[in-house]
Amino acid sequence: MSEGAGEVVIEIRDMHKWFGHFHVLKAIDLVVRRGERIVICGPSGSGKSTLIRCINRLETHQRGEIRVHGTELNANTRNIEEIRRDVGMVFQSFNLFPHLTVLENCTLALRHVRRMPRAEAETLAMGFLERVCIPEQAAKFPGQLSGGQQQRAAIARALCMSPRIMLFDEPTSALDPEMIREVLDVMVSLAEEGMTMLVVTHEMGFARTVANRVIFMDGGEIIEEAPPDEFFASPKNERTRAFLSQILSH
Amino acid sequence: MSGARAYPPGQHPDLPPPDGTVGPLAWARARLFSTPVNAGLTLAALAFLALVLPPLLDWLLVRADFRPHASARDCDGLGACWAVVTRQPLQYFVGFYPASEIWRPILAFLLLLGAGYVALAPHVPWRRHLAWGVALYPLVAAWLLLGGGPLEEVSTIKWGGFLLTLVLGVAGIAASLPLGILLALARRSDLPVMRFLATAFIEGVRGIPLIVFLFFVSVLLPLFFPEGMTFDKLVRALIAVALFESAYMAEVVRGGFQAVPRGQYEAAAALGLGYWRTTALITLPQALKVAIPGIVNTFIALFKDTSLVITIGLLELLGTAKLILANENWIAVPEEAFVFVAFLFWVPCFFMSRYSVALERRLAEGADRKRGPLR
Ligand SMILES: Nc1ncnc2c1ncn2[C@@H]1O[C@H](COP(=O)(O)OP(=O)(O)OP(=O)(O)O)[C@@H](O)[C@H]1O
Ligand SMILES: [Mg+2]
Repeated sequence: MSEGAGEVVIEIRDMHKWFGHFHVLKAIDLVVRRGERIVICGPSGSGKSTLIRCINRLETHQRGEIRVHGTELNANTRNIEEIRRDVGMVFQSFNLFPHLTVLENCTLALRHVRRMPRAEAETLAMGFLERVCIPEQAAKFPGQLSGGQQQRAAIARALCMSPRIMLFDEPTSALDPEMIREVLDVMVSLAEEGMTMLVVTHEMGFARTVANRVIFMDGGEIIEEAPPDEFFASPKNERTRAFLSQILSH
Repeated sequence: MSGARAYPPGQHPDLPPPDGTVGPLAWARARLFSTPVNAGLTLAALAFLALVLPPLLDWLLVRADFRPHASARDCDGLGACWAVVTRQPLQYFVGFYPASEIWRPILAFLLLLGAGYVALAPHVPWRRHLAWGVALYPLVAAWLLLGGGPLEEVSTIKWGGFLLTLVLGVAGIAASLPLGILLALARRSDLPVMRFLATAFIEGVRGIPLIVFLFFVSVLLPLFFPEGMTFDKLVRALIAVALFESAYMAEVVRGGFQAVPRGQYEAAAALGLGYWRTTALITLPQALKVAIPGIVNTFIALFKDTSLVITIGLLELLGTAKLILANENWIAVPEEAFVFVAFLFWVPCFFMSRYSVALERRLAEGADRKRGPLR
């Protein structure tokens, strides 16, 4: 199914989720190995966000199992918080903390969760801000940054916790076209460093060049799962073809 | 000809703004006389002030009699008769607190200003170290005012006037904010029992007038404690005021929490922050910032509500004035006494109001540029 033989970092087996009576995720099976880059696409409402939010338990599933680094996600809060420290997440709407500076956004979890001394945390955070090319914005508040800068700050904030997996939920869809590039560049360089990534996006250029696997979801199910060349050249499912023709004609 | 085109792009020097767009005259033109309606309102407001202010000032100050006569009858009657205040000013400030010990409330007051400064001012050197002093202030103030050890004991029965108003107001404020925050958190909790208890308390208290609540606590509180254990009236009033106002505070703070987007909780959770850290570091600061106007509004209401403790027999500022006016020497001059009382209430309330505006400004630094201006 998937290339390579890296260790399995995420394992989802027959996972179901309901919102009330609404069956939003159906029999999801997914195995992610270390260093894999997976792009998830599909029409609006197909459950893409819900799926990746289940991986760090921002949403709880009701059936089946999810294992992250071998630890099963269940109602045990203690291990949930430990897993979340290992799994970084980047949101469509950035969700930076508006009352803190960019640097404080980045150091907050280091200082209060990892209990790192302030100076050490700031050095580390500045390193990541340089990595996403916005060290000069460190002392500003999020409200003073452009959208692209905010999203890069959010990526730096997540990277500060040295996560082994990064989840991206449509990281560029709230951005103006000229800012999409700068965020994608950061993500590409992350991929090149071997970060395990799950990315919900409709940036098919990114999927083509960066992903090892593309997953198409519809109606709460994984409809198709293939390496990008195969996925774009010869999609097997009718719905995938319809979706691709729609999205690529834009 | 203008030299605008002589500069290469990006090199144009700063020019002063055109005449008549800055300065007080331009400000007056833009703000006060921009349209006929605006000009009319400005003139009407000026006319009203011209009509009301001179006679008021004349009565209050210019022709007033400030001498400390023994009775209102000795005043010359041209303006206000301030003898009702100047004859026994201390009583307005401390009630029947012994005159020989007057330095103690004064020192407590000065320390309060110092503690307030350390806690509230924007940039205080060594705030971290001084914070201990602020935390100890209630104990120090209680000891100063009550006495004990080397200090002569002064029973709370003797406290009164502005002193009592401040004690109730400051303690009420200091207790109702944290209590209100805890109640708001409980009301938003995932635990149904917490939610039910908080909601029941808040809705129960908010449906009762403070006067009734004061009686309630005053009468019921002793029933919860072993017989023979007596409760100072002041302690009962403090508990009643703090509990009562915390119910209002809880709703104001909860309103602030509602304004915090869900994404903030999710981002905090995704970083591995638990409930208490998320609350303390992420959501509470944002909620309080949004709620500042409402919080200060509640503080101001609380400060003035303290005058209701007269119903359980405590004579704070207003009660003291009423007591003085009950003397037949002063029956004729209630206006002067009430004007003075109103002024003493107004000063701290006005300070709170200004402080809240300044705080909002300070916190707006770096706020979202899409937000509207602060007024
Ligand atoms: N908290 C919730 N309660 C109830 N229904 C929800 C909730 N969150 C999402 N849903 C529903 O679940 C379905 C899947 O939502 P999800 O956000 O996962 O879709 P998506 O594929 O990410 O869509 P989009 O591309 O629009 O982001 C949608 O129909 C949505 O209305
Ligand atoms: Mg989504």
